[in-house]
Amino acid sequence: MIDPKSRPAQSSLAKKLVVALPYAWLAVFFLVPFLIVLKISLSQSAIALPPYAPVLDLNAGWRGIAQFFAGLSFDNYRLLGSDPLYLLSYVKSLQIAAFSTLLLLAIGYPIAYGMARMPRRLQALLTVLVVLPFWTSFLIRIYAWMNILQRDGLLNKALLALHVVREPPVWLATDTAIYIGIVYSYLPFMVLPLYAVLEKLDQSLLEAAADLGCPRWKAFWQVTLPLSSPGIVAGVLLCFIPIVGEFVIPDLLGGSRAPMIGQTIWTEFFANKDWPAAAAVAVVLVCLLVTPIVLFQHQAMRSSEQS
Amino acid sequence: MRRVTAFNLFAIVLGIVFLYLPIVILVIYSFNASRLVAVWGGWSTRWYGELAGDAAILDAASISLRVALVAASLATLLGTLAAVALVRFGRFRGRLLFASMIYAPLVMPEVITGLSLLLLFVALAIERGFWTVVIAHTTMAACFVTVIVQSRLVDFDMSLEEAAMDLGAPPLRTFLTVTLPLILPALAAAWMLAFALSLDDLVIASFTTGPGATTLPIRIYSEVRLGVKPEINAVCSIFIAVVCIAVLAASLAAKLTAARGAPTRLRTGDLSRLDAG
Repeated sequence: MIDPKSRPAQSSLAKKLVVALPYAWLAVFFLVPFLIVLKISLSQSAIALPPYAPVLDLNAGWRGIAQFFAGLSFDNYRLLGSDPLYLLSYVKSLQIAAFSTLLLLAIGYPIAYGMARMPRRLQALLTVLVVLPFWTSFLIRIYAWMNILQRDGLLNKALLALHVVREPPVWLATDTAIYIGIVYSYLPFMVLPLYAVLEKLDQSLLEAAADLGCPRWKAFWQVTLPLSSPGIVAGVLLCFIPIVGEFVIPDLLGGSRAPMIGQTIWTEFFANKDWPAAAAVAVVLVCLLVTPIVLFQHQAMRSSEQS
Repeated sequence: MRRVTAFNLFAIVLGIVFLYLPIVILVIYSFNASRLVAVWGGWSTRWYGELAGDAAILDAASISLRVALVAASLATLLGTLAAVALVRFGRFRGRLLFASMIYAPLVMPEVITGLSLLLLFVALAIERGFWTVVIAHTTMAACFVTVIVQSRLVDFDMSLEEAAMDLGAPPLRTFLTVTLPLILPALAAAWMLAFALSLDDLVIASFTTGPGATTLPIRIYSEVRLGVKPEINAVCSIFIAVVCIAVLAASLAAKLTAARGAPTRLRTGDLSRLDAG
């Protein structure tokens, strides 16, 4: 038999452990690192080792803390504002992310819509087909496009054979290649949330619209599209946010002239060894990305209150 | 009534072709006999043979697999605990911070996750290598595990656990003998996702690795930057084949367990109806 007294004690200890383990892990390996980034971004640039100053000296007590705050500097952020390179790469990242998210929506919506109208059995198969490329490596899929887009690659061969062009156009190291790579890699992230919403859509609403004499395009515009807006918002967020910080795609397919912000952080860190500057670029990027998430949360909370 | 129009079919076919054509081309060209990647020189398995002698690639592959094994297992453990805490414990102190620490890494750009972890390791003067990559991948993947397991726990039939507790099973034993077997498919899916994420990661590993712990993506990336190579086509094809087989096997297994699980669900449904009556 179980000792009735031991049960609550055992359960509360187990409960504490269940929370404490992941909590501690995330605090040490997610929260603290981010605070370190924040702190380093406020440090003087000290290229090479030690990577940054000042270090918080807790042994010195209050004097140490005062020194710590006196030592913080906003020089790195001033640098971000004054050097057009940083501003340009933020603008370019946001621009590429915005335009490619629109492209993804335009391409993903018809696919998700078509999937939702297929017979049930086929739908399951199509979902697996859409998800499967996501499991193969990101890097490999981008590399596959390098094969196709290179100067004497298959795309140019096809275009020459079809007499579309006379001279093989340059694809690699252009923004077009970045867009192709992004749309290709992120398409499942756009299609799946859209499909999840469209598949549940109540077909009788469309029948009602048709019975009342509403043309199909108008029913789509006034019924289907508004009802699928949660899927659109989810897909847009799932694509837009990671695309802004994307590194592999612009690095392998894009040119080096105007880097995206992920590349800028990478270069500051690995090539220039300017850790404080890299940290400052990262902090500003996080702030840029947190804004749409907070807006979305706010929106979601308001709509759940309404319903 | 659903009607499939020509436009629907066109969109789907084009979408699937777009998703698969580059991969198919890559696999076909891995069997190209010619060293020039753009010229087709007939079928050959030459590059696969050369791979077998490429110690650097084999070494990187073995490190990647070991990192992924450890990281996926740790991430599944931590992520499941976090999911249980989020779904079952209601409001506890620090829940908001806990939840935001779990969801934030999902959208955090890899460059930032990698950078921040590297700065932590430097601040703590930890030598970088195999274990720092494992820690980084565990942190990144645990959040995805939590999301998957959480969604399974949310629509979990509580009456099963209640029945076990009513019959005198302590909470831990209830969890181990009732809850765990029932959420096992979700755990398996989560482990696989964590494994795939770790195997795939380039950016975070580049920041957190050290000498002697070059993972396969880092190796491939350093080769690929210099251009397309037939050996790399072969590595990628093997990778794709392994992933496809694993995913197909997993979805088949899921189907089988779902078919077996159906009667259980029916029985618990009867149970709750009895309760209501």
